[in-house]
Amino acid sequence: MTEPVPYRVTTREAETADTVTIELAGPVLPEFRPGQFAMLTAYGIGEVPISLSGGGSGGRLVHTLRNVGAVTAALYAAGPGEVVGVRGPFGVGWDLASARGHDVVIVAGGIGLAPLRPVVAALLARPADFGRVSVLIGARTPADLLFPADLRRWGRHAQVEVIVDRPADGWAGDVGLVTTLIPRAEVDPAAAVAFVCGPEVMMRFVAEALRRRGIAEPAIGVSLERDMKCGAGWCGHCQLGPLLLCRDGPVVRYDTVEPLLRVREM
Amino acid sequence: MPESAGLLDATELPRLFDALRERGYTVVGPTVRDGAIMLAELGSAAELPYGWGVVTGAGRYRLHRRSDTAAFANSAGPQSIKDILHPPRARLWSADRTADGVTTTGPDRPPRYAVIGARPCDLAAMAVLDRVLSAGAYPEPIYTARRDGVFVVAVDCTEPAATCFCTSMGGGPAATGGFDLAMTELADADGHRFVVRAGSPAGAEVLSALCVRAAGPRAESEARAAVAAAADAITRSMPDESLPDLLTGARESPHWADVADRCLTCGNCTMVCPTCFCTTTEDVADLTGEHAERWRRWDSCFDLDFSYVHGGSVRRSGESRYRQWMSHKLGNWQAQFGSSGCVGCGRCIAWCPAGIDITEEAAALSAWRRSERAQPCPP
Repeated sequence: MTEPVPYRVTTREAETADTVTIELAGPVLPEFRPGQFAMLTAYGIGEVPISLSGGGSGGRLVHTLRNVGAVTAALYAAGPGEVVGVRGPFGVGWDLASARGHDVVIVAGGIGLAPLRPVVAALLARPADFGRVSVLIGARTPADLLFPADLRRWGRHAQVEVIVDRPADGWAGDVGLVTTLIPRAEVDPAAAVAFVCGPEVMMRFVAEALRRRGIAEPAIGVSLERDMKCGAGWCGHCQLGPLLLCRDGPVVRYDTVEPLLRVREM
Repeated sequence: MPESAGLLDATELPRLFDALRERGYTVVGPTVRDGAIMLAELGSAAELPYGWGVVTGAGRYRLHRRSDTAAFANSAGPQSIKDILHPPRARLWSADRTADGVTTTGPDRPPRYAVIGARPCDLAAMAVLDRVLSAGAYPEPIYTARRDGVFVVAVDCTEPAATCFCTSMGGGPAATGGFDLAMTELADADGHRFVVRAGSPAGAEVLSALCVRAAGPRAESEARAAVAAAADAITRSMPDESLPDLLTGARESPHWADVADRCLTCGNCTMVCPTCFCTTTEDVADLTGEHAERWRRWDSCFDLDFSYVHGGSVRRSGESRYRQWMSHKLGNWQAQFGSSGCVGCGRCIAWCPAGIDITEEAAALSAWRRSERAQPCPP
């Protein structure tokens, strides 16, 4: 568990100016469930926690990551054939079982769509098991929208709404915050569950908007981000009050974390 | 004390060292270095701190000469068994690029350590670290390997420091488990000797190689009295209430700002704490990039970078970092690992350059909470 398993980059696809989706192949690890994460090593540089955006079994992993630091810059630059290290799966993923028989609202902000992509895929793969699916996506600009081909495909079976903070020439869609899409979600709020991922402050506003819409806090799952050095509960970095987010998260029920997120610098 | 208590003369300690070495152990114990009682690999029993005592206070630690030859009557030093089992620096792996990928080599096989003079608060800390590093879904391999191989010679505490509060945290002063051998040191007119008991088959086997007499009721009762006197000598304590509830209820207390006025966020408390386990990693490569290694080192929640995520650190202020440390130690640890993170050894008090006393801060938070509760309801 401490030594990364070498995986090879098989494909690299640019998503936006600073975001890339890489597909990795290597020895079979225990199955990754949607919302779980891997610790990815750029050899000689470092290691970062990255959620799965696809794959997860049979020695195939898909990660979508943004170039924001030394390690993600190296992973961002890794092309087909290059070797990256993988440890995992780690953490608690999305509680898909809780969504069985219910309508589902997915709310994503920016790169937060990456860990939710396998959720949408799982929901749409078994339509009989779930109710209506509403996918609400916020991005900074139209150029920052991830997975455009997926969005078109999902739109045939689910409600997909997109909003951007700053429009560009030719953008005919919505402009504003993702919270403004929540009243439009075509679900029965009394019997819906929600999965939310994005910047922490966005998730707090989204949870509040969902609550106003009638979706109770225990039915809202959020995926949180903290510094992680180990993924296995040993390094102490990912604490949020009583939680070790690598072990008790990254996906947590909103009613569990709401009192913790309310405290400044927790 | 069990019936099997034996009496070991102090002159028999060299033979104990020999017996441990013959069984493949690297012997580690207290010795005087840099004006403190430090833990080091010991070549012989002569390196033990015979006749040295310690005086501690808030922000204070001084050695002094004792009037007797006791080797272990010197309270807790800046190091603990954590330094042996969860080393400050360790290589997690090294990797070499090969024609068809990367070959990775795991951590070095550790020596088997025999720790002489482990204090009861160290044993309590080891039990805490066992829960944190070995009992979870993923046992941490470096700690677990060292822990599995360790031989512990505990010494009951007969000389607590002014900073100690183990009696209110259940950490001492008697060794109650987690040892292979436990000794109570007696150094008086009847000579320098140890009342000794085995805590494991390995301990009993080592004992069988030494000249051990029956302790007899007098030595046993003297030993019991010495440990009881140590318990009585401890004056500091934690508030007698649920500490997790106290810390949860005090998240928004203005007292954190008061502590922050004194706290230098230096992290000394986390370095000397026998249960603070946090680490960070550092990856290095040689110039060719063909060879890479990952090293782990102790980290501190007082470091600004400790909570860094893209965009900035979560805990920027000193008060939030002190609150994190104390709330984790006394409160959140319980939810995370099922025990307190504090054993009452007092090291954080002695080694704080500002003399911040965790027991006084807990008392202040408790007083604040009582005063909050006493507020009348708003009209």
